[in-house]
Amino acid sequence: MSDPHADVHGDVTVHEVELAEELAGSGAGVASPDVAEYAMYLGDDALILAQQLGWWISRAPELEEDVALANIALDLLGHARSFLHYAGSASGRSEDDLAYWRDEPEFRSAWLFEQPNGDFAHTIARQLFASLYFEALYRGLAGSTDAGLAAIAAKAVKEVVYHVDHAEQWMLRLALGTDESRRRITVAVADLWPYLDELFRDDALTGRLAAAGAAIPPGSLRAPVMDAVEDVMRRCELQAPEVPYSAAGGRSGRHSSQLGYILAEMQVLARAHPGATW
Amino acid sequence: MSTPGADPREPWPLWEVFVRANRGLSHVHVGSLHAPDAEMAIRNARDLYTRRNEGVSIWVVSAEAVTTSDPGARDEWFESPAGKNYRHARYYEKAEGVRHL
Repeated sequence: MSDPHADVHGDVTVHEVELAEELAGSGAGVASPDVAEYAMYLGDDALILAQQLGWWISRAPELEEDVALANIALDLLGHARSFLHYAGSASGRSEDDLAYWRDEPEFRSAWLFEQPNGDFAHTIARQLFASLYFEALYRGLAGSTDAGLAAIAAKAVKEVVYHVDHAEQWMLRLALGTDESRRRITVAVADLWPYLDELFRDDALTGRLAAAGAAIPPGSLRAPVMDAVEDVMRRCELQAPEVPYSAAGGRSGRHSSQLGYILAEMQVLARAHPGATW
Repeated sequence: MSTPGADPREPWPLWEVFVRANRGLSHVHVGSLHAPDAEMAIRNARDLYTRRNEGVSIWVVSAEAVTTSDPGARDEWFESPAGKNYRHARYYEKAEGVRHL
């Protein structure tokens, strides 16, 4: 009955951690050509924003904010991997093939995501717009008739809700903090406002997919996202800026001058050493 | 209210972080971090200390609000229990006929 080797403190064991599935939706099979193109819109938005946020690592105002931005970047990179993995299933390409071996005109990201990091206020204003858009989009997409898109969106929505909170908290502190922080966030909101409209433009592809219940029509996101943006602006005691919308055309591969620089940095290593692993 | 960080040379205040691993357990001190205020401290704690499913609840306490015992007074504060074995339950003989002890 009594074991002479028993530890008087009781057994101490280290349980093996159960690792969850890394790529959401990877069991959904092969995407149709239309769904693959749409998944590229979604994956490229997340990929470019993740790459941009990565710049802040070691450069944020404090170490803790460094970690917060890196965490968000990694969440977004996870969404991008899942969407691009699914997009690539239609053409036999991996998510790395799509990220590293497409050229600028083949990227489908909207212009908001390629806008410069600017100062911390610009990054936060971009995070607010992007996160509110992702939240509304993924909430709807979690009910998509396409099983792959639905699975990725259902996992991503919990993460982007946290990103919304992070951006809102900083919006409030910058807008209601010092004269300098308020001046900077006012400039940042005005600089990024022109890129909101592109997110809500319907096109032929989203029209076809929405009719089948697979995609969320971009136009249907305008009211909920803009209401949420304006609610944050009101709490920040900021006015919506009166600036014209950008002619942005990211969904058809027409990009601003910013994307080329981002891709050059993101792709240089993979292209210099094709197939390298570490 | 003064705004933390208004002076760029001033670091954010320090917060002590407590994480509860599971229902029924207590919050345990896991470390400290910097944040401009309590709301942001909770969020920074989430990012720094619960990245691998470590917790279901977080407390943060301003480090300034923690009163500590004097580390220089360790002898008179903490060595007194030595030899006072009657403070331990096992010091006592089990009385005859008591079950389930």
